[in-house]
Amino acid sequence: MATLTLRDLVKAYGKVEVLHGINLDVGDGEFVVFVGPSGCGKSTTLRMIAGLEEVTGGTIEIGGRVVNNLEPKERDIAMVFQNYAIYPHMSVRKNIGFGLRTAKMSKADKEARIDEVAGILDMTALLDRKPNQLSGGQRQRVAIGRAMVRDPAVFLFDEPLSNLDAQLRTQMRLEIKKLHQRVGNTIVFVTHDQVEAMTMADRIVIMKDGHIQQVGTPSDVYHSPANTFVARFIGAPSMNMLPATAKDGTVQLDNGFGVPMASTDGPVTVGVRPDDLGLGDGVPIIAGRVTVREPLGPETLIYVDTGAGGEVIAKADGRTPPEVGAEVTLRAAPENLHLFDAKTGLAI
Amino acid sequence: MAVVEPIRPSSDALLKNTAPKKPANMGQIIRWTVLFLGGVLMVMPIAYMISTSLKWPHEVYNVNLIPDEPTIENYTYVLEDGRFYLWFVNSIIIATITTICNLLFDSLVGYTLCKFRFPGRYIIFIAILSTLMIPTEMLVIPWYLMSQQFGWLDSYWGIMFPGLMTAFGTFLMKQFFETVPDDFIEAARIDGLNELQIWWTVAMPLVKPALAALAIFVFLGNWTAFIWPLIVTNSVEMYTLPVGLSSFGDEADVAWELIMTGAAISTIPTLVVFLIFQRFIIRGVVMAGLKG
Repeated sequence: MATLTLRDLVKAYGKVEVLHGINLDVGDGEFVVFVGPSGCGKSTTLRMIAGLEEVTGGTIEIGGRVVNNLEPKERDIAMVFQNYAIYPHMSVRKNIGFGLRTAKMSKADKEARIDEVAGILDMTALLDRKPNQLSGGQRQRVAIGRAMVRDPAVFLFDEPLSNLDAQLRTQMRLEIKKLHQRVGNTIVFVTHDQVEAMTMADRIVIMKDGHIQQVGTPSDVYHSPANTFVARFIGAPSMNMLPATAKDGTVQLDNGFGVPMASTDGPVTVGVRPDDLGLGDGVPIIAGRVTVREPLGPETLIYVDTGAGGEVIAKADGRTPPEVGAEVTLRAAPENLHLFDAKTGLAI
Repeated sequence: MAVVEPIRPSSDALLKNTAPKKPANMGQIIRWTVLFLGGVLMVMPIAYMISTSLKWPHEVYNVNLIPDEPTIENYTYVLEDGRFYLWFVNSIIIATITTICNLLFDSLVGYTLCKFRFPGRYIIFIAILSTLMIPTEMLVIPWYLMSQQFGWLDSYWGIMFPGLMTAFGTFLMKQFFETVPDDFIEAARIDGLNELQIWWTVAMPLVKPALAALAIFVFLGNWTAFIWPLIVTNSVEMYTLPVGLSSFGDEADVAWELIMTGAAISTIPTLVVFLIFQRFIIRGVVMAGLKG
């Protein structure tokens, strides 16, 4: 186990800079998830930590040791790839033991270690199979096993669940989390799926365009987003954003509703999550016509046309949701509203 | 209460395909005819080779496929001739070593050009490819001069050196290595293998179908090579099989029945090579069609 520190990490391809000075401290045994849209630089960061991409600027420290110029094998890391990267011509046993080929261990010790890891992953019965005889989830476990067998200081996961179907993804998510609780290694996990990030991470790193937008616990980034990007990226469905103006302790929404809230005067954006917006208690903030209903069982998502092309999402009761076409007034508690600067997008 | 038995077809009816056969349409007839003619065109030279090898000298110029008086005398003569074994062994040594060298060198260069990023990579690849456009007839003069300068004339090395690595093989292997995901290479790098170990342990097993195809091409090409071995060899002991077989006869008379006999025998190793490696090619095609 080890700490991981990124200091002013920069990556450029020729003149194009894709990472603009990343700073991050990952604690010993911490599970950190990098999340962001495609092209935000999260996988590049992971590959730089792994030593698969050269560092243009800044430093990477693993366990207090700068590893910028070390080969991947010298960094004491193991990586699980998106497409598993398990070798089709080798059995499960050979795949798991592949990471021990260069280890200075006796053959008996290597076999014992493979058996131990296979036991942890519940794969003992599959050790003699070839990858094409395994299901997607089993292949993923082999890939994790190959990483585990070396007992690295840091585990790196590069979107390892994105090739699995929804049900298997949920199952593997749980298994990886249990595995982390069991072995306790430091894990850096990259995904574009914010649900994965929220459910697995000790801390989430949200990235956009080569910059870190926010680092925090799942609760932090959900309840106190640093800016409008984080607010909309985390949470499904996305947070509704309403243009408004703050003046003299009141936020006057452009749609005519006003909410008493402390804020600096000027144009602001009011954010409200669909979970916090409904037909029940709170102050009225939006009026409009229901255009679509999405029943989810205990509750129903309703899409409300607020006029002039605007649309918001709210939650209604699952048993008696309003009809499509019904005129509704949506309410929210003032403490559940988020205020952002209209120009910078930063939270106020 | 009466029990109604379900109506079951008789076993005879199940065995027979009762659906009326569709008459072959014109397209199918044309396709079959073309394929049949193509098959005949391919098989006829081989059939004539075997037929001629079973004929007496006086019957060689008769076009009949079935010899009037079949004989295995030609086989006895060729197999009892010590020179044939010598040429056969020469050809086996040369074709085998050249094939092994091609499998190693072509795949090494192909792998390097495919999986490493370095300046000039593309230019090197184009330069290698461009050599495909130079005919062998143009190359034999510099090859000969090289052999003469280095003292390689009339030696195995002299026969083999031009073919130890080929542009075609490099191109073929590079294209196949493109199908090996970079993640495999990077995973092995993280696991601590050096580049040579990655090439041998990870990449090579994944391109077995290409290696098999290349082995067949190179082996057959060297087994049947004629011009260069003819030029570079002087002594009968260094002849390869095609060169040696062509020496059956003199200016006045060519012993076609002996040449055809030698040719028929010389096809055996090529068939063996094909039978060994074709399963890899077929397996490769099957694997390529499967997901994941």
